[in-house]
Amino acid sequence: MLDYTAMILAIGPELWLAAAGLVGVLLGALLKDRFNSLSFKYGALALFGAAALTLVFYQGGEAFGGLVRTNTFVNFAKFVSFSVGGFALIMSEGFLKRHDTIRYEYVLLTIFASLGMGIILSASDLMTLYMGIETLSLSSYVLAAFHRDSARSSEAGLKYFVLGALASGMLLYGASLVYGFSGTTSYAGIFTADTSIGLLFGMVMMIVGLAFKVSAAPMHVWTPDVYEGAPTPVGAFFATAPKMASMVVFANVMFTAFGNILDQWQMVISIIAGMSMLIGSFGALTQTNIKRLLGYSSIANMGYALVAVAAGRETGAGALLVFMTLYVISSLGLFAGVLAMRRRGGMVESIDELGGLMSTRPWLAIALSILIFSIAGLPPFGGFFGKWEVFNAGIQAGLMPLAIILVVASVVSLGYYLRVVKIMWFDEPKERFEPIDGSVTLTVLASAFVAGIVFLIFINALADWANTAALGLPS
Amino acid sequence: MGGFPILSAVVFLPLIGALIIMGVRTATAGSFSKEEAGKDNRAALLAGMIISGATFIASVAAFLTFDSNASGYQLVEHYAWYGAVTYKVGVDGLSMPLILLTTFLTPICLLASWNSIHTRVTEYVVAFLILETFMLGVFAALDIVLFYIFFEAGLIPMFLIIGIWGGKEKIYAAFKFFLYTLLGSLLMLVAVVYMFQAAGSSDIEVLEKFAFAPEVQTWLWLAFAASFAVKLPMWPVHTWLPDAHVQAPTAGSVILAGVLLKMGGYGFLRFSLPMFPDASHLFQPAMFALAVIAIVYTSLVAWRQTDMKKLIAYSSVAHMGFVTLGIFSFNEVGVQGAIFQMLSHGLISGALFLIVGVVYDRMHTREIAAYGGLVNRMPVYATLFMLFTMANVGLPGTSGFIGEILTMVGGFQASTWAAAGAALGVIFSAVYMLTLYRRTVFGEITNPKLEGIRDMSMIELVCIVPLALLTLLFGVAPNLIFHITEGATNRILSLMVGG
Repeated sequence: MLDYTAMILAIGPELWLAAAGLVGVLLGALLKDRFNSLSFKYGALALFGAAALTLVFYQGGEAFGGLVRTNTFVNFAKFVSFSVGGFALIMSEGFLKRHDTIRYEYVLLTIFASLGMGIILSASDLMTLYMGIETLSLSSYVLAAFHRDSARSSEAGLKYFVLGALASGMLLYGASLVYGFSGTTSYAGIFTADTSIGLLFGMVMMIVGLAFKVSAAPMHVWTPDVYEGAPTPVGAFFATAPKMASMVVFANVMFTAFGNILDQWQMVISIIAGMSMLIGSFGALTQTNIKRLLGYSSIANMGYALVAVAAGRETGAGALLVFMTLYVISSLGLFAGVLAMRRRGGMVESIDELGGLMSTRPWLAIALSILIFSIAGLPPFGGFFGKWEVFNAGIQAGLMPLAIILVVASVVSLGYYLRVVKIMWFDEPKERFEPIDGSVTLTVLASAFVAGIVFLIFINALADWANTAALGLPS
Repeated sequence: MGGFPILSAVVFLPLIGALIIMGVRTATAGSFSKEEAGKDNRAALLAGMIISGATFIASVAAFLTFDSNASGYQLVEHYAWYGAVTYKVGVDGLSMPLILLTTFLTPICLLASWNSIHTRVTEYVVAFLILETFMLGVFAALDIVLFYIFFEAGLIPMFLIIGIWGGKEKIYAAFKFFLYTLLGSLLMLVAVVYMFQAAGSSDIEVLEKFAFAPEVQTWLWLAFAASFAVKLPMWPVHTWLPDAHVQAPTAGSVILAGVLLKMGGYGFLRFSLPMFPDASHLFQPAMFALAVIAIVYTSLVAWRQTDMKKLIAYSSVAHMGFVTLGIFSFNEVGVQGAIFQMLSHGLISGALFLIVGVVYDRMHTREIAAYGGLVNRMPVYATLFMLFTMANVGLPGTSGFIGEILTMVGGFQASTWAAAGAALGVIFSAVYMLTLYRRTVFGEITNPKLEGIRDMSMIELVCIVPLALLTLLFGVAPNLIFHITEGATNRILSLMVGG
């Protein structure tokens, strides 16, 4: 007999999302095209509702005989993921309308992807983890190829699918090795299992699969292509909600399933982190397309986040949540900025198109500059504290080489971040962008205000909340 | 103390003013960056001057409640902020004069831009006011993380000031300035995080008393020095300065030479000496060597310059060499002299950049060869230029003399050779400054364009005369400064012994 109370306490938001997705399918079948425009409000309601439910069932619980187990750590990530997912959905409406691709399937796929995020975050068993990852990935592949008439979008979808399938295979292979050598698929069981070479081998395969999901080097190659090829609002979604969820899942798996063999994986994660930081920041230097630049910048930022993972549970968990929260808010704002780059009825994506933005759209330029400085971790903006937390965790865990790489990567990354600022402020003004959707303007300004300024002054609130949430991790 | 948080008011007044200006401009014009008629530009500059003037008055008010006889931190405000990182500000005899220097120079800078900045004036004023807040924050912060935030944040407005309103090579100069300084700052950040974890606090007063192990001190000292040496700047990491100075608009150069460079010296005195005394002693000979190289080498380089601003920029590096010499003499005379030299150089080099700006605004060239015989057309200008030339050379009766002689006396007590080398620099400074003066001011007018050049306007006089008066005042009555800095100097030196 199922214990419904425990189920709702543990995965209430996912049940809500699953129901919303299925009802959405029915509504779509009934209303047909009339549902297209309405569906965006419906989807936002579903995602913000899920975020609210996460707060209601914030303490989490256990259900399905230990297949899912939630705690404050993952619920924090769920809340942030669902919220930014909702914002990403709202601001895509105008874009899709203009490109004549406004279809309710887009919303439903976003909802199902969010459901996948919820499931991987709730998972406490390799089976559940894999199911969630597939739910998230399959929805993402279709979303990437959503502009089916565009060669670039189809290419992005196909590339993402092929590489993603490979990564999923690796993950599955690793999971079966872990199961074979530990005799269990539950995180708790793996935690207490004897360490054997087979278990370690499986663990490394799983790390490869997870690193692909968070686009950490050397499993990063898909990122710039997919960011560039996928429709911009899809890029905005990929860069925010799933990033947050996947990174926290990565940490959750390492901390709760392999937490007692930190010494075995710390070096692996450190190398991945170091490579991501360097490849991301050097790779971005020569980019001319703003979406590719953001793709490389996200690789570098995932490297920073992995420094917190490598630092281990005690020092790294809270830092990871702070960093990722600030990162996804800034990232959302930057992608909203890309959505604003519209001229003569089409989107422009070259960085040079931002030329002289300070003269034509000063508030957009100021907000984007704040976001860029914030994501670069430059004081006095909130993003500085994200880097500070990660840096602090890394040094506390004695990862000095990583801290040095972090410094080097930060200086290098300023090279391209500053280039964008330079183009916006110093260059000759170009033609004014076409009028921007209200939701896009609002997202840019709000995220700049929140990530740049609110979390500078009230960083303590965020850090306290994150650090308390991190205590929810089973030790 | 308690009561009104006067120090925070001083620090954040310019920022609030900047936000108000942005708000008003957005409300009135829809977009505050549209190039409007000159009237609106003047209004923005005027608003900026009123705000920075009010900041100056507020800082004087803060100074009046400041007790020069006490040696500890005063006007302290302490609020919880971010875990162990707190919002803590306060001043002592080291930071108080630097705060006054900052608030004093900013309105002058804005006034000096009255006729020289015509594009995007509102943004210019806003950038300057934001920069002022960050500079004041650097000097007022008593929490090392807060200090770091202000220290690095100042890069952004200065980057924009050079990059938007600068000369031909402005973009190159802005990037060089930013990335050079950033690399140094991030190394300091590594040290800051380490210290924060070792001491469990980021409070400067706690860190001053925390004894770091000698071998750790060496690394921390180097990390801090990387940042401060770039900022000061010391040879061989000074190369960003000539570019930045030459490309920056006049007011940008004034604030760069007047205040931003002082952050390096301030950092050495506030952090390196009291917190890492063993390492400071260890590196004393190296610092002396670098100081002497800076003084002699950059003086010679200055001599060969054909660009007036570049010449003064190199002379700044040389004069900052005296500051290094004074700081690392570890005695009262030397440190007092170093602080005095920082203030004096802030006035003199600021004035010299303004003086170059005066002729640049008329002729649009900084080539020394394009001038000559200015005394025939601009007698008032020639007089003021003479005064500051002499002050930069270090003629007795001007503040330049006091700073140089005291740092050399202090240096002499620590190392005869270092002082001897520095003395060489005094001679060279006379060579290059007098050469500059002779070639621009004396002689016959050879360039026909100079025939119609006008003497200084009222606005220019209002900018430069106060600096001249202060230079003379501190030259004859240096005790006005020493009285303030004495307590802090002794406290820093006693922390070195006790630490």
